[in-house]
Amino acid sequence: MILLSAFGASLRRDLLLVLRRKTEVLTALFFFVMVTTLLPLGIGPEPDLLRKIAPGAMWIAALLATLLGLQRLFAADYADGTLEQMALSPEPLSILVAGKITAHWLVCGLPLVLLAPVIGLQFDLPADAIGVLMISLLIGTPLLSLIGAIGAALTLGARGSALLVSLLVLPLYVPTLIFGAGAVASYIAGLGATGHLSLLGALLVVAAAFSPWATTAALRISLE
Amino acid sequence: MTASTQTPMLAAQNLSCVRGSQTLFTDLSLQLHAGQWLYLQGENGAGKTSLLRILAGLALPAAGTVHWQALPISEQRTDYHADMLYLGHHASLKEDLTLTENLRSLMAMDGLKVSDTAIRDALARMGLAKRQHLPARVLSAGQRRRGLLARLWLRPARLWLLDEPFNALDTHAIDDLQDCLKSHLRTGGLIVLTSHQTPDLGPETTGFVLNLSGGQR
Repeated sequence: MILLSAFGASLRRDLLLVLRRKTEVLTALFFFVMVTTLLPLGIGPEPDLLRKIAPGAMWIAALLATLLGLQRLFAADYADGTLEQMALSPEPLSILVAGKITAHWLVCGLPLVLLAPVIGLQFDLPADAIGVLMISLLIGTPLLSLIGAIGAALTLGARGSALLVSLLVLPLYVPTLIFGAGAVASYIAGLGATGHLSLLGALLVVAAAFSPWATTAALRISLE
Repeated sequence: MTASTQTPMLAAQNLSCVRGSQTLFTDLSLQLHAGQWLYLQGENGAGKTSLLRILAGLALPAAGTVHWQALPISEQRTDYHADMLYLGHHASLKEDLTLTENLRSLMAMDGLKVSDTAIRDALARMGLAKRQHLPARVLSAGQRRRGLLARLWLRPARLWLLDEPFNALDTHAIDDLQDCLKSHLRTGGLIVLTSHQTPDLGPETTGFVLNLSGGQR
């Protein structure tokens, strides 16, 4: 119960901060909507082609949108000294970090899942394929936040950290992208999405157990 | 330092600190008992903040250990952090949150629940009663500093590690803070602080001055 209250405290604080400064979050969302809207317009009205590229295109857009704000995940806390105070809390730092990652997903990942049906219509995806796409994003976007947090913590305080985060995290995002987009593609091809989704779920379980711990270790090094 | 029969609350043995190619201090040992203060002196870059961060457990010394109640702090991180309050030279306040929200979230992340009245009282003691609902970004440097120092009233901790607590404060606030430090010492608390101005903690408290720029270079 005590651990939960510390988790809730850091989650609540980050959500409150987002409420006070909405533009940063809207940038990532706007980017996602822009890319996925411009793509069908640029490629032209060929429903077959659009249906084919839809899963990959939407997953790439979601991935890049997540990457966009990743570098700021700990940067502000580091600059104003609150990260130091979090590290000195009697509560485990990994619990507070888990709260921050959850807040990041609620703000950057969950809206993408909810926007997916609208965007999917632009690609002429059938309703059941949109359902699969949403499930794959629902499992996949927390994975993106969890993996990204490790990269953000490792590059904290380094010069050019925005570029470094991308270099570090993009290769780690590849499995998520392959299984996420693959789930929808194989469902459309009639092969069923269960296999891909199970693998994505397994990755999420591993990341949820490992990432807060690894992120904490990286943060402690950055703070020294 | 007077030898005492009881074990010191805070003790450091043979600490050394290396920053890059420069050795800031070596073989530094200190002992502090309940109700005592330690004032770290030294020019800029002498290692005052580094020593404070080592004592807080934020940084690891190149050699040596820090003990709290006879146990190394690395072995009892949770207990030590519950008993220790470190205020660095950062404001540690979120610009977009009000002072009340800032303090409440800092306390909540320490696992402590405080009532709104307690926060209001603490802020009033630091002369910020009328500023409690303003976002931190509109406050002056001195007001932010006082907002941060309000944690001294809220957070129960025996050991206070204060990095330049008097910075940006006006004379009135400095007097208030010194009274606060004195009352903490009277109740058996320990204080380690750095400052560019010598604090006046009264004749009735015992303490030591450690000059870091004196010895090694």
